[in-house]
Amino acid sequence: MEVARFCSSSRVMIVAGKGGVGKTTVAATLAVTAARAGLRVLVVEVEGKSGLPAMFGAPPLGYEELDLAPSVRARFLTPDAALVDYLENHGMRRISRRLAASGALDVVATAVPGMKDILVLGKVKGLEAGRTADLVIVDAPAAGHAITFLTSARGLLDAVRVGPIRTQAQDVVDLLSDPARCQVLLVTLPEETPVSEVVETAFAVEDRAGVALGPVIVNQCFAALPEGVTADVDAIRADAAACGRFVPEREAGDLAAALAFRAERHRLQRAQVDRLAERLPLPRIELPFVFTPDVTRPQLDLLADALATGIGAL
Amino acid sequence: MSIRSLVAERRVIICCGSGGVGKTTTAAALALTAARRGRRACVVTIDPARRLADTLGLAGLTDQAAEIDPALWAVGGPDLVPGGSLSALMLDTKSTFDRLVTRNAPDPEQAARILDNRFYRNVSGALGGTQEYMAMEKLHELHDEGGFDLIVVDTPPTRHALDFLDAPERLLRLLDNRIFRLLMTPTRVSMRVASVAVQTFLHTVGRVVGSEVVDDVIEFLRAFDGMEEGFRSRADAVGALLADSGTAFVLVTSPRRDAVEEATFFAERLAEDARAIAALVVNRVHPDFGGADPTGLRATATALAAATDAATDTAARRLGIAYENLADFRAVAILEREHLAGLRGRTADTVYVPYLAHDVHDFATLREVGTLLTDATA
Repeated sequence: MEVARFCSSSRVMIVAGKGGVGKTTVAATLAVTAARAGLRVLVVEVEGKSGLPAMFGAPPLGYEELDLAPSVRARFLTPDAALVDYLENHGMRRISRRLAASGALDVVATAVPGMKDILVLGKVKGLEAGRTADLVIVDAPAAGHAITFLTSARGLLDAVRVGPIRTQAQDVVDLLSDPARCQVLLVTLPEETPVSEVVETAFAVEDRAGVALGPVIVNQCFAALPEGVTADVDAIRADAAACGRFVPEREAGDLAAALAFRAERHRLQRAQVDRLAERLPLPRIELPFVFTPDVTRPQLDLLADALATGIGAL
Repeated sequence: MSIRSLVAERRVIICCGSGGVGKTTTAAALALTAARRGRRACVVTIDPARRLADTLGLAGLTDQAAEIDPALWAVGGPDLVPGGSLSALMLDTKSTFDRLVTRNAPDPEQAARILDNRFYRNVSGALGGTQEYMAMEKLHELHDEGGFDLIVVDTPPTRHALDFLDAPERLLRLLDNRIFRLLMTPTRVSMRVASVAVQTFLHTVGRVVGSEVVDDVIEFLRAFDGMEEGFRSRADAVGALLADSGTAFVLVTSPRRDAVEEATFFAERLAEDARAIAALVVNRVHPDFGGADPTGLRATATALAAATDAATDTAARRLGIAYENLADFRAVAILEREHLAGLRGRTADTVYVPYLAHDVHDFATLREVGTLLTDATA
C-alpha cells in the first residue's frame, strides 16, 4: 500500500500496547513517516511526562501544540486537564485550586468510571474535527489501561441514560467505530509474554470496543545474519587469514560471540513472530532493533524508512 | 547491602520501578530464593503474566496467600536448605478493600450500606491509587498475621514508579473529603459560605453526569462517615512498616531511558525521606562483548568493505559484517552502562541481569534469575 494512502486511511490512529514495547517510539516513527508523505501530523500524549519531545531534540510538551519537526506537532492531553476543561465548559466557574486540591475532581471522575478517558477521546474527536492536522496520532496509556481507555465509552452508554456526558460518550463511540475516522495500531515485541498479551488485547479491543485494528507493529526485530556469515570462531579466523588481516585471539572470540548472540535472538524472535501470525490474523509490520538505548532523530529516520517499507508491503 | 543478604535477613522487600521492566519476575525470583534458603517466603503479585501466574498457582483467585507444593520448587541443586516454604497471592483490590470496610465499620449494617453503594464499587476500579493502597494494606495484613519470614511485594505496573508512594494519598483524600463534610454539617457561618460553593459544585456536576450519580456519592460519604480515621491510622501503620529497618526497597529497571528516569526519580524521592535503595536490579542488559572501542571496530569494518581484491572479496565482506555487528553491540553496551551510571551511584549493590534466551515463567527459570541476583558481586 502506498504510504500516503495508509497514513490517510484514518484521521486518528491510536498507538496502543503494554508498557515497555515502544509505543512512543512507534508514535514518533509514524509521525515522521506521515510527514514525509506530505501530511500534517499532530501527536497527542495522554500520560504526563513523555519521552517523545526528547526524540526530536525538543523541550518538554505543554497543552499548546509544539513544533517537533516540519509538519509534526505535539501536545499533552491529560485526563485531569480534560476533566477540568469539561467541567468549566459546562457551567462550572473556573475550578478553584482549592476545589481541585480537595479531591472533589477525583470524586467526579470516580463517580463516572471511564469519564476521564471519554473526555480525552472527546477532545481527540474535537482535534480530528478541527482539521488543523491531517493525522492525529494518539500515544495511548500503557498497560491494560488501553482496553479500558477504548471501552469506557460503551460502558458509560449503558450506565448513564441522559445528560451531556452521555452525548460525549456517544460521540466517542461514533469516532471509535468508524474505520475512516479511527483505527488502533497495536505494538508488541517479538517475545513470548508480549505476544500473548497483544493477542489478548486485540481480541478484547475488537469485541468490546468495536474499533478497527490496523497492522500490528512488531518492534525491535533483529535482522538475520547475512548469507554465508556464521558465528564460528574458526570461520572468522579463516576469513581473517584469507584477507591477510591479523585478528587477536580474544577479538575473534568477541566477534563470534556477538554474531552468535544476534543469530540466537533472531531465531527466538522468528519463533514468536510465527506464533503471533498463527494466533492473530492481522497484517504485521516489523521495525528493526535500534542499537542505542535512546531513540533520537537519526534512529527515527531509520525506523521511518522501515515503517514505509512495511507499509509498502501491506 | 547485597541482594543475598536482603533475601536472608529482611522481613519485607518491595520491588519498585516503572512497568515493563521485569518487577514481577524479580519479586517471584527473590521469594523463591528465600524459600530455597530455608525461609518462609510469600510473594504478593499485582498483574502477573498468565504463565507465571499458573506456575505460582494463582489461577484460582482467592486473594489469600496459598502455599505452593514444595515438590514443584524445592528440587535440585546444592543451594537447597530445609525448612523453607513458598506462598503466593495475586492482589484482588476489591476484596481487600471490602475486607477493610467490613473491619472498620461500627456494625454490619453500615458495612453493607457501603459495600452495596454504586459509588463505592467504582472507587476500587476507577480511582487511581486504590490498587497501590490495597497492595500496602495486603502487606500489612500478611505482616501482622505472621507466618512469613519474608514478604516480597510487587508494585503496580504504572509508568511512574512514584505512583506507588504517592497514590495511596488520593484514596485517603477521597475518603476524607472535607468539602463534603462541609456540606453535611456546616456549623459556623464561614463554613456555610463554603458550603454554598460546594452546593453549586454538586448541582453543576449533577447536571453533567446525572443527579443519581451525585446521590450515590453523597450516600456513600454518609455511610462512610466516621470510618476515615480507621483508614488513616491503618495507612500510618503501613507507613511505619515501610520505614522500618526490616523493610528494603529494591529498585528494578531496564537500560531504557524512560525506565532509568523513573527509577532515578524514585531513588531521589526515597533519599528525601532519608531512605536508601537497598539494591538496584537492571534487567535485559546486553552483554559486554569484550570492551573494544566501537570506533576502531567500525574503522576496520570500513577498511574491509573497501577491499577490492576479488580473491579475498567474500572473506572480507563476511569479516566486515562481523566487525560491524560487534561495533553495534559494543555501542549499545557502552550507552546502556553510561545511562545507568547516575543510578548506580545511589546504591551499593547493583546487579545486571542479561537478556535471557527464554521467558521467565517456571521454577527452573525463576531459580536461574534468583541465582543471578544473589550470586552476583556488586
